[in-house]
Amino acid sequence: MSKETSRRDFLGYSFAAVAAVGGVASLVGMKQAWDPLPSVLAAGFTTIDLASIGLEPGKPQVHTWRGKPIFVLEKTADMEKFDGDLVIGDKRYTIAIGLCTHLGCIPAWKKDMWKCACHGGEFNANGQQTFGPPPKPLVIPPFKVEGTVLTLGEDGAESKAMMAARA
Amino acid sequence: MAKINESLFTAEGFDKRMNAKGFWRVMMTEYWIPKDINFLWAMGVVLATTFGILVISGIFLMMYYKPDTALAFDSVNYTIMQEVAYGWLFRHMHGVAASVIFLIIYIHMFTGIYYGSYKKGREMIWISGMLLFVTFSAAGFSGYMLPWGQMSYWAAAVITNLFAGGSLEAWGLVEWIRGGFAVNDATLTRFFMLHVFLLPLVIIKLIVVHFYTLRIPHVNNQESDDIDYDAEAEKYLAGNKKESKVIPFWPVFLSKDFAVLGLFLIFYFYLVFFNYNFAMDPVNFDPANPMVTPAHIYPEWYFLWSYETLRGPFFDMFGMKAGDIGLMIFGLAQIIFVVFPFLDKDPDILPAHKRPRFMIWFWIMIVDLLVLSVYGKLPPTGANAWVGFYATALFLLLWVSLPFITKADAKARGAL
Repeated sequence: MSKETSRRDFLGYSFAAVAAVGGVASLVGMKQAWDPLPSVLAAGFTTIDLASIGLEPGKPQVHTWRGKPIFVLEKTADMEKFDGDLVIGDKRYTIAIGLCTHLGCIPAWKKDMWKCACHGGEFNANGQQTFGPPPKPLVIPPFKVEGTVLTLGEDGAESKAMMAARA
Repeated sequence: MAKINESLFTAEGFDKRMNAKGFWRVMMTEYWIPKDINFLWAMGVVLATTFGILVISGIFLMMYYKPDTALAFDSVNYTIMQEVAYGWLFRHMHGVAASVIFLIIYIHMFTGIYYGSYKKGREMIWISGMLLFVTFSAAGFSGYMLPWGQMSYWAAAVITNLFAGGSLEAWGLVEWIRGGFAVNDATLTRFFMLHVFLLPLVIIKLIVVHFYTLRIPHVNNQESDDIDYDAEAEKYLAGNKKESKVIPFWPVFLSKDFAVLGLFLIFYFYLVFFNYNFAMDPVNFDPANPMVTPAHIYPEWYFLWSYETLRGPFFDMFGMKAGDIGLMIFGLAQIIFVVFPFLDKDPDILPAHKRPRFMIWFWIMIVDLLVLSVYGKLPPTGANAWVGFYATALFLLLWVSLPFITKADAKARGAL
């Protein structure tokens, strides 16, 4: 190898090193530019007072948290009792993110179950999948319970227990 | 040679500096095309023209469109459709061209498959073409989001959810793509950027590459005749135009292309003026609402066949979740056509009418894609779900059988 060539090689390698460092740094920056903004992350808490929203047994309501629908169902006496129910006093509730676990459409309540129009998935009153492509039950949002007030977005023992019962 | 005395402002002076005549000769008058072709060989020029229409109509739409969730719907449905002079025309031209370009892409693709124009030297033409198909699909999807109607929103929600990878639960990736927990303003604006800048830029570069890949292997012909281009070109240039098997790209080949293009444009503008509704889903005239899913969600017609493979397997099999199997088949469907040249084990380049078993395979594939497309639009209930299931299974079976079928044809011919 001549002196000339090895000098040129050195220049080539040093440029490759500079370019590699710059390239990786740019990729990190570009990745972060696409991350959810701090304001989006911060606006992530919603409260629901189960006693004051006019909930009727067997008729679920849809609330909003982080731009997603939240199903709130007070179970009727005939509905199956489930370990994963949220129990407050003598009432049993199903609280779940109202997005089909298949591809995220909103299932609609039909008599006694949620039915998804997109790909035909079905969920029972516990939010468990009973038919079609959904791979798992409706997801339980993290929430904290104080009396009858739920704070969505904050971790609490009840929501963890509900998740564990469905795992 | 660096010093040129003739003025730039003379034909000779300009040519000495730019070699314009030489460039024109190489690209046009001495770029050789076989004589033995039919109207299906005009689809490349039809596609290039349709892409041009998309760019020009898109430029005019962009001047009034607002990529903001609070403004987007009205900027399209009020400002562009009702206030801007000919705004309705540009929108309908853009929407219809976006739909029709996929029809021509499919014709172009299956012409290549029928005549064996993807193999033995022409692999790069095929691969660059399939990359264009994928990029056009991304452009179609990102553009569909922009009017911010119900279908825009829910198509965006469903398709971005696919990136969670089913049971892999990669929600971090989905939230990164969306820039939020759900499809939101950041999602709209970044897909606007992809649709009007990055993807068109990539498409333009890929078109240049696609044209270049034709240069060495040349265009195929109806009987897949292996032409000696140097010898045939010499005949043509010597004046034996009748005997020569080739013609120059310009003016001979393009004159016929322009005739086909004329017919296409009449059809296209007929759709734009009298039948644009097929490209304007009524559901998308409701503003996006994250709290209400439309009664059923289906993609535009050109994505229906692959969408149906996603929901074809609707029950758990082989210890895997139905949704995961569907996602895997859907992923495969997006890329499987790229490897066509490597699944065809026939050593000869021949049109399908000279490969009897492949001919049957070809038409079954087309019928299966049509069945998948029809059932992709129907609600996935009862017997529909089973038709979708069997059509998806047949789609997979066709790909598995392709190497064996092409080999059997070659053996029967004595080529293997």
